[in-house]
Amino acid sequence: MTPTLNPLLWMIPILPLAGAVINGFFGRNASRKAISTVALVFCGAAFAVALWIALHFSAPSSPYYFPLAHWIRSGTFSVDFEFYLDQLSLVMLLVVTGVGFLIHIYSVGYMWDDDGYYRFMSYLNLFMFFMLTLVLAKNYLVMFIGWEGVGLASYLLIGFWFTKDSAASAGKKAFIVNRIGDFGFLIALFLMIKHFGSLDFAGVFTAVRTLPTETGGAGLLTAIGLLLMVGAAGKSAQIPLYVWLPDAMEGPTPVSALIHAATMVTAGVYMVARSSVIFEHAPMAMTVVAIIGTLTALFAATIGIAQTDIKKVLAYSTVSQLGYMFMACGVGAFSAGIFHLMTHAFFKGLLFLAAGSVIHGVGGEQDMRKMGGLRLYMPWTFATMGIATLAIAGIPPLAGFWSKDEILWRAFGASWVYWLSGVITAFITSFYMFRLMYMTFGGDDYRGAAAQEARGHGAHGDGHGEPHESPWVMLGPLVVLALLSVLGGFVGYGNRFETFLAPVFQAATAIAQESPPESASSTLEYLLMGVSVTVAALGWLLAYLLYSRVPQLPARIAAGLGGLYRAVVNKYYIDELYAVLFVKPLIDGSTTILWHGVDQGVIDAAVNDSADAARHLSDQVRHMQSGNLRSYAGWVAAGGAVVIAYMVWMGVR
Amino acid sequence: MVPLSYYLVLSGILFACGVLGFLIKRNIITIFMSIELMLNGVNLSFVAFAAHWHALSGQVFVFFVMVVAAAEAAVGLAIIIAVYRTRETLNVDQVNLLKL
Repeated sequence: MTPTLNPLLWMIPILPLAGAVINGFFGRNASRKAISTVALVFCGAAFAVALWIALHFSAPSSPYYFPLAHWIRSGTFSVDFEFYLDQLSLVMLLVVTGVGFLIHIYSVGYMWDDDGYYRFMSYLNLFMFFMLTLVLAKNYLVMFIGWEGVGLASYLLIGFWFTKDSAASAGKKAFIVNRIGDFGFLIALFLMIKHFGSLDFAGVFTAVRTLPTETGGAGLLTAIGLLLMVGAAGKSAQIPLYVWLPDAMEGPTPVSALIHAATMVTAGVYMVARSSVIFEHAPMAMTVVAIIGTLTALFAATIGIAQTDIKKVLAYSTVSQLGYMFMACGVGAFSAGIFHLMTHAFFKGLLFLAAGSVIHGVGGEQDMRKMGGLRLYMPWTFATMGIATLAIAGIPPLAGFWSKDEILWRAFGASWVYWLSGVITAFITSFYMFRLMYMTFGGDDYRGAAAQEARGHGAHGDGHGEPHESPWVMLGPLVVLALLSVLGGFVGYGNRFETFLAPVFQAATAIAQESPPESASSTLEYLLMGVSVTVAALGWLLAYLLYSRVPQLPARIAAGLGGLYRAVVNKYYIDELYAVLFVKPLIDGSTTILWHGVDQGVIDAAVNDSADAARHLSDQVRHMQSGNLRSYAGWVAAGGAVVIAYMVWMGVR
Repeated sequence: MVPLSYYLVLSGILFACGVLGFLIKRNIITIFMSIELMLNGVNLSFVAFAAHWHALSGQVFVFFVMVVAAAEAAVGLAIIIAVYRTRETLNVDQVNLLKL
């Protein structure tokens, strides 16, 4: 397990940073061609280096590392800028650079007409830098830099159209909700420093392995695990901190694809998987992770049913799929979670990009009720998005089927409750994804044109009457991602993926193999597989019936459900609940106590009053300065007299 | 032999006259003369003490005071002339620009 030195490692994060700096500082007056070249070349170079390293990553048991610079040296405690690459980070590395590069290409087409083009490309590269830092970190603090950095990039990109009020506040919301999670992460780091005296992965894990598993009750490791989970819940949009992700759809669609579906939001899963040793020693924290993941998967999926904004559906779907990954981590199937992370990056990136293509094609409209029949106008988008939908629904043999089935199988091994929730979620997922397909592409008539004419103007104001297919610079990435969505799952065939990751999760696999279902007959496995495929097909069938055969039915069902339906449409009023519970008390408290009370009442008052007092006093004293020489002389004489009188009095005494 | 206290009382009277003149008079030259009167009142007490204690340092000090007073007279009179040229008055109550 001794890591070998690899001097290429530091180039991977630095290359996108260079691109970001060049575009950020010099892009304002550069031509779009030059900006695109810089952004693509630097991002592509990072991908190329990553591929090069992956091809040479021959010895499965020996990770790479590269110490870049010293950072903190304080007594025995030290943290350095060090990069580290093992099987787990390699998977993440390829996903991030590969999907990221494709989305860079796509963005060239999607954002070409935007005034902030250079800004957008620079931010994208900046995001790549931070995400790669996160993935390649050798210790928790460097990881934290990347962690915060992707948060920053996410904030910048959600609020990219900052002149729009909703975009600006969505950016703030994402940033603040993430801060809550980061608070937990930071405390976990402090606990590690205090108890293990190290933030290095190897150092921490060695220390943890010497501690007993906390089966009896909650102890230090449970606390660390739960705090890490708080951080992961913030970044990966899990209950109760998921609220920022749907709002993050205010950003441009490539951002939604890159950051809020394929890469950044999976950072929480990666962090939990990376910390698998800690979680293995804290079963209670594991259970919490599994429960949160299961609840989030189910909860977000139900919200997804009733959304009409095409990107909102995908957003809730992302939250739901992330729930799957946490469920997998929670039951000890870390490699299954990472597997789903990878396949999800393919098909969810594809879904978002295809949705972006649709939005692009119909002139900025996002409401699915104003679409329909688009398969006739944009066949390529339809085909690729169809593949992604099949993949996410878990239809074999596409990517989503393999990873989701792996998770469900492992969840069944832990408890049938997880499995059942997972299967229900799979049904709902299949339903709302095919609902999206039917509403967007199905039917024969395009509902947008008439609506647009009725409103009297195109959404972009550039005469978008007829939907059109996107340019090839956008379709290319779609096709590549579609291929990956089809083929990506075969990586996991015959547990190859798990074997590949095994050195990282030695402890985890050891425990998982002790659980009984692993040794149970493969009949059970096929049975469960059959159930999940059936359920996916049922979801498809239901969506077909409701949104293609009998389009009047959904409205009637909605009317029949009444309050329940309204609750789902309004996302169970969670945002409103948070507003009443947290936001309003905080604003009120800040206004009355901190602002009016402390700031104006104490601090401002002290400064202003002392200034007032000085002014009043000097107002009185200034009359002494009359300019009359003889009065000055009088004062001098009086002073002299006082001095003499004092000395005489002292002398007498 | 005149007792020491007589000299001191005279010195005090001279000094008091100087102070009074300084405070009451409006003409700069008179005020200037009042200052000289104060200096000389002090000088008188210096020499009186010097004679009484048979100490020469008091008399030496008087010479210092006289020299300084002469220098001061030169500077002071020059200032007075300058003031008169610009203000065309010697009344100190009208020389009151230096105020808030």
